[in-house]
Amino acid sequence: MTIERPAIRVPPVAAMTLLLVAVWYAGAFWLNTPQAEEALVRAGKPWGWSELLAQAYAMKRPILPTPDQVAMELWSSLTAYAPTSPRNLLFHAWVTAEAALAGLAMGLALGTLLAVGIVHTRTLEFSLLPWVIASQTIPILAIAPMIVVILGNLGLTGLLPKAVICMYLCFFPITVGMVKGLRAADPLWLDLMRTYSAGGPRTFWSLRLPASLPFLFASLKVSVAVSVVGAIVGELPTGGQAGLGARLLAGSYYGQTTQIWSALVMASLLSVLLIGVVRAVERALLGRGGAR
Amino acid sequence: MPTPPPLPSDGAPAPMPAPQPAPALSAAPSAAPAAPAAPAAGGRPIVELRGVSLVYPTADRPVTALSDVALTIAKGDFVSLIGPSGCGKTTLLRVIADLERPTAGHIAVEGMTPEQARLKRLYGYVFQAPALYPWRTVERNVMLPLEIMGLPAAERRTRAREQLERVGLSGFERKFPWQLSGGMQQRVSIARALALQPDLLLMDEPFGALDEITRDHLNLHLTQLWRATGKTCVFVTHSIAEAVFLSTRIVVMSPRPGRILDVIDCDLPRERTLDIRETPAFAAIAHRVRQGLKEGHSYDD
Repeated sequence: MTIERPAIRVPPVAAMTLLLVAVWYAGAFWLNTPQAEEALVRAGKPWGWSELLAQAYAMKRPILPTPDQVAMELWSSLTAYAPTSPRNLLFHAWVTAEAALAGLAMGLALGTLLAVGIVHTRTLEFSLLPWVIASQTIPILAIAPMIVVILGNLGLTGLLPKAVICMYLCFFPITVGMVKGLRAADPLWLDLMRTYSAGGPRTFWSLRLPASLPFLFASLKVSVAVSVVGAIVGELPTGGQAGLGARLLAGSYYGQTTQIWSALVMASLLSVLLIGVVRAVERALLGRGGAR
Repeated sequence: MPTPPPLPSDGAPAPMPAPQPAPALSAAPSAAPAAPAAPAAGGRPIVELRGVSLVYPTADRPVTALSDVALTIAKGDFVSLIGPSGCGKTTLLRVIADLERPTAGHIAVEGMTPEQARLKRLYGYVFQAPALYPWRTVERNVMLPLEIMGLPAAERRTRAREQLERVGLSGFERKFPWQLSGGMQQRVSIARALALQPDLLLMDEPFGALDEITRDHLNLHLTQLWRATGKTCVFVTHSIAEAVFLSTRIVVMSPRPGRILDVIDCDLPRERTLDIRETPAFAAIAHRVRQGLKEGHSYDD
């Protein structure tokens, strides 16, 4: 079991964060200078380096907003409106999370089912696996509008088309992980089951499935992050009334770069949170038996 | 491997049994007269093999793992299979357990085919490695076969506690396998095999991966366990000292093709301590085993 050492973990993380923030500020200055210069010239007052710096970091529609601008936007959105208001990012994050989680659940079911089939039937391995891999070579941006259009035509709108797009992205890591996991049982462990004259289903539930869980959770951590991306992509073609994707789209319509960046930060926070949830479930389920 | 004291050159000591023709078909354990505390069952055959052969088809040419093996194991016997690697001793054990199917010959386990015996869960098997499931606690590992048998939860727990106590692991029920030493893990796997309450215990080099001190300790433990429970044990090993210390009979095997060279009676008293390894009788039997292995050209390369 690894020993947790939070005291030693904090400084490297903090140092890296500081470095990134510094790079961000430098980048913002470099990208926003032309616009800032123009604004100062138009104002017609004499200006120097300090005025230019202040102007570059305080643009209304900067090419790259500074971290403090993004943080302020995020903060005012979260505090100034009720969580149920479309002006609050929490509302949009929840809409996206709903679709991502529904898609993850569907992807988990589909991925596991495929893996069980592939592991137990050789024919399925040869007939299904190439299609499973081929499915991931199609760019999701291309197929997402098709899914929205087709399902919309069938009368299915709202959460379901987005969840289907998430499922399309999610099932692949889960299938690959579970195929490996279900085959991970040690030959001795299988022999042991044989000496107990345990049948196929018994061996599956008592041996193959628990042996595959570490692989499943590794896949789930990938899938849950990918699922958030899928949900956001699914919100773009709908014209988007709600969700982080809709927020991104609206921001780009009106050139509200700060709004775009705050939605992006919110999306990554959502992913981090969901991965944290998966890790917590993993820890609760595998417990100390999983840690070695 | 501890070397026994050198044998006097003028001949074997008195208690040494007369050499026996190999392979032996006799069912009666000749250890019985020497040890009055012999099993009450009086040597009813529990495993019988006649003309058993196993040939593996491989890419270039078939490999004969077992060739015309005949052996009878009586109830209450402790039979060791010894020989160099590749002599088929593990294969022979796996054939008895129905983990491998022979290509020729006849096998009976308790008067049934090995498959029937396996389906009725008549034997407990201990592997080379502990083969504990890492996601289960020690106790739940021992309970695994009982779950599969469909025993009620209370009975499972009682039996698991009982067997863990028997192998000296009370208090470790809630630990996970990785929290235990290699020797303790192997004791858990013995407890797991015993939990089925089989008459027949098949063990495949269970202590092969352990250091000699732990191995001595577990050997002593095992012989006491065997004496207390009266189970029949078939034990694969490549240690002469271990075979002589534990067995009532030692089956010497040789490779290419795997066959039985000799069956040596080991008529030391049933109650054994580690000190017995210093006695002339022990040395004499060890000498015979080594002699048998030499005849099979086990020391050639």
